[in-house]
Amino acid sequence: MQVFLKIWRQAGPSDAGKLVDYSLDNISEEMSFLDMLDTLNDMLTRKGEMPVEFDHDCREGICGQCGVMINGRAHGPLKNTTTCQLHMRSFKNGDTIYIEPFRASSFPIKRDLKVDRSAFDKIIQSGGFITERTGQAPEANDIPIPFETAEEAFDAAACIGCGACVAVCKNSSAALFTAAKITHLALLPQGKYESQKRVLNMVNTMDEQGFGHCSNTEACEAECPQQISVLHIARMNYEFNKALVLKK
Amino acid sequence: MALDPKIPQGELDKKWSHYKATAKLVNPANRRKLDIIVIGAGLAGSSAAASLAEQGYHIKCFCFHDTPRRAHSVAAQGGVNACKNYHNDGDNIFRMFYDTLKGGDFRAREANVYRLAECSANLIDQAVAQGVPFAREYGGYLANRSFGGVQVSRTFYARGQTGQQLLLGAYQALMRQVAAEQVQMFTRHEMLDVVLIDGKAKGVIVRNMDTGEIERHGAHAVILATGGFGKIYYLSTLAMACNGSAIWRAYKKGAYMGNPSWTQIHPTSLPQSGENQSKLTLMSESLRNDGRIWVPKAANDNRTANSIPEGERDYYLERKYPAFGNLAPRDIASRAAKERIDAGYGVGPTHNAVYLDFSKALAEQGEKKITAKYGNLFRMYEKITGINAYKEPMRISPAAHFSMGGLWVDYELMTTIPGLFALGEANFADHGANRLGANSLLQACVDGYFVAPITVPNYLAGEIRAAKVDINDEAFAIAEKNVRQQIDTLLAIKGTQPADHFHKQLGRILYDKCGLSRSAEGLQQAIAEIRDLRASFYIDLTIPGTGNEINSELEKALRVADYLEIGELMCIDALNRNESCGAHFREEYQTPDGEAMRDDAHYAYVSAWQYDGPGLPPILNKENLHFEFVQPTVRNYK
Ligand SMILES: Cc1cc2nc3c(=O)[nH]c(=O)nc-3n(C[C@H](O)[C@H](O)[C@H](O)COP(=O)(O)OP(=O)(O)OC[C@H]3O[C@@H](n4cnc5c(N)ncnc54)[C@H](O)[C@@H]3O)c2cc1C
Ligand code: FES
Repeated sequence: MQVFLKIWRQAGPSDAGKLVDYSLDNISEEMSFLDMLDTLNDMLTRKGEMPVEFDHDCREGICGQCGVMINGRAHGPLKNTTTCQLHMRSFKNGDTIYIEPFRASSFPIKRDLKVDRSAFDKIIQSGGFITERTGQAPEANDIPIPFETAEEAFDAAACIGCGACVAVCKNSSAALFTAAKITHLALLPQGKYESQKRVLNMVNTMDEQGFGHCSNTEACEAECPQQISVLHIARMNYEFNKALVLKK
Repeated sequence: MALDPKIPQGELDKKWSHYKATAKLVNPANRRKLDIIVIGAGLAGSSAAASLAEQGYHIKCFCFHDTPRRAHSVAAQGGVNACKNYHNDGDNIFRMFYDTLKGGDFRAREANVYRLAECSANLIDQAVAQGVPFAREYGGYLANRSFGGVQVSRTFYARGQTGQQLLLGAYQALMRQVAAEQVQMFTRHEMLDVVLIDGKAKGVIVRNMDTGEIERHGAHAVILATGGFGKIYYLSTLAMACNGSAIWRAYKKGAYMGNPSWTQIHPTSLPQSGENQSKLTLMSESLRNDGRIWVPKAANDNRTANSIPEGERDYYLERKYPAFGNLAPRDIASRAAKERIDAGYGVGPTHNAVYLDFSKALAEQGEKKITAKYGNLFRMYEKITGINAYKEPMRISPAAHFSMGGLWVDYELMTTIPGLFALGEANFADHGANRLGANSLLQACVDGYFVAPITVPNYLAGEIRAAKVDINDEAFAIAEKNVRQQIDTLLAIKGTQPADHFHKQLGRILYDKCGLSRSAEGLQQAIAEIRDLRASFYIDLTIPGTGNEINSELEKALRVADYLEIGELMCIDALNRNESCGAHFREEYQTPDGEAMRDDAHYAYVSAWQYDGPGLPPILNKENLHFEFVQPTVRNYK
């Protein structure tokens, strides 16, 4: 099939960007979306033009490195699917496809479709861990964890840190990302002792990094490749308020 | 030259505790004055960096990803082994040690393998304490399952995302140390050389991939934890940017390469669907429990799977290996598939796959049971291929997956360069000629959490009086100049073909001639072909743009330049070994019915290759393997 691409090109963080038109023939349905971009880049490289920079690595939906806005949707038209798992059979011959970077003031554009998501690391650094040093751990089965709790913790821990939640949020809020980590750790007996300090620090850092506030549109859950639930945000708010009260 | 692996004296089960009891320590005040560079922040790198930082050393940690949480450890699905014996099914350290040694076809070092098993239980404790949400039973205790090649249930798992969860545990521990300012993290930095001063590793040259700046960093010890290089085959289950460059640069500075040709090729990957595909997806091996593997009896059969009658199907694994059938070990299953495909019996549009058929299981057990076991895998298969595997068989094919080979290290995980350590998949240790499923996450973690934090200080105890490393030293200047020159050379070629073009060809050569089965003739051809390819790379490569900006084409070209050299060494290594063992199958060395023939009398050694200068053949050093505690037996799966 033939597709018409409108791709955001921007040389560097402080340069102006614009949509540039490309067209590709002979795209097969089996191709993944990123194979399609590779094909474009191969063509550009051979012509001596700069290929389109985009983020990717594992290409199996788990590293969280890929992620672009496709026709205005984070990771494209399919639900619970990362950009790398999207295939061209989701498009039709003659389609025009808009491809843009994940946009948020806390995710500066590095070049073309590549963005800087290091603000997420800052949030984790401020408390997204259990304070434990190698060697301190007791026998693993000494502290049983109910099946349901472990499953719920896993659901939250499954976040791949891709940033789609921020990109689709009209406030560029990192609430879902932050809440998922807070829930994951607060649910576990090992993580609950520092949950107060954790939630206060992580929420603060989220603000410091320039992410907006959550206004409950739930767009984040809808676009999350890992189906992380917005209920975690409610839990984060609960943990936050509890911590504030107890702190006083 | 025979190599000394520095294995501690004494009984097998006392070696590690003896080593720990006598290893040299560094007092806390001195630790603050010592710097360690860690290259790589996957499971091995993150865990080592965090654990050493906890002790008070100052760490500089580098990775090419934009955050450590994206290292390819993240993609491991199946699980991690540990002999906790929670099932009371007779598991213990010795049994795990034996399974691993046997799985590796008796081509690993006893003492290392024993230590791996010995530290395994503690790793689960460590991960649980970090908050890794492993699967649990209803009583709240940890759940286990059994995994290929063993008779006990010792595999811990976190749904199909075990690697991700273990990596997040290590990443979070690392982030805690970054916040504590014990670790300085450099993401999007690629190591391009190791710097030696007076024969010891004292620093690295790295390239900032966002700005193109070339930087010098000095330290009292350097740890490489840069993962596997299976991506050399181009099509593989590894991530796009996985590479062999860090270990190759170390090799060229004097570190030996151990068994570089030993690569595990996984039997149940999805086949390539078109020329432009660059990455293959792994399907869980558990599918082989209920799926039957077959190809048509007639070559070049173009009928659809469902229109081929039962009598015209060749269930070749069941036919050749009646005892194990579809569950034959990875190397055997992969080799048998490639043999059928090459002989013209492959299926699918490009005849590059074999069928994995669930119709019998569906008829016998019903759709509900099959969905309960494999529902997510069937969904994933449909997502990628658009095919409903309840209605027609899956198509699978073998793909490069894991490098057993890597930098040669001694018992302390130190390479032949003093002060340079190699951890995780980047080293050659522990897995012998074939690694068992769920043992490599374990190895990466054990190296990083438990081994390096003892052995690296033992080395550093001798460096306390060494001055802070001066990055203005001549050695840094020379190394930096060489790196700059290499980049300029590649940019100046201005030919017509992108780096991938060469990488694809190299992958094809290696997959055909230095992959599942090898022969002297094929390997000699491969060496000649790789040399020609390398020559054309330096004539016809094209890289748009410059070195002073984000430039993925340049990054790829730098990696392919190294791959083109590593590939040749792999062939030389495979050619030297006139026996078949584990994943290394030499066609000349097989029994009349096609089984591997190991030659313990002549090849019970590790091949450790030494660089001898540009254009010169590498020098073979041997580490003889001594089996003091077990007797090597023949692997038999008939
Ligand atoms: C698809 C798949 C599934 C698997 N499933 C399992 C399983 O179920 N169980 C199991 O036990 N094992 C499994 N394995 C194997 C296992 O995941 C790996 O062996 C292990 O995770 C390797 O960890 P590592 O820390 O050595 O390397 P990695 O996690 O690959 O980390 C490498 C690090 O080095 C960095 N790096 C590399 N080169 C450079 C450079 N030049 N400069 C700077 N940084 C660099 C990278 O950025 C990264 O941080 C699987 C492997 C694959 C591919
Ligand atoms: S490339 Fe890893 S999630 Fe898409």
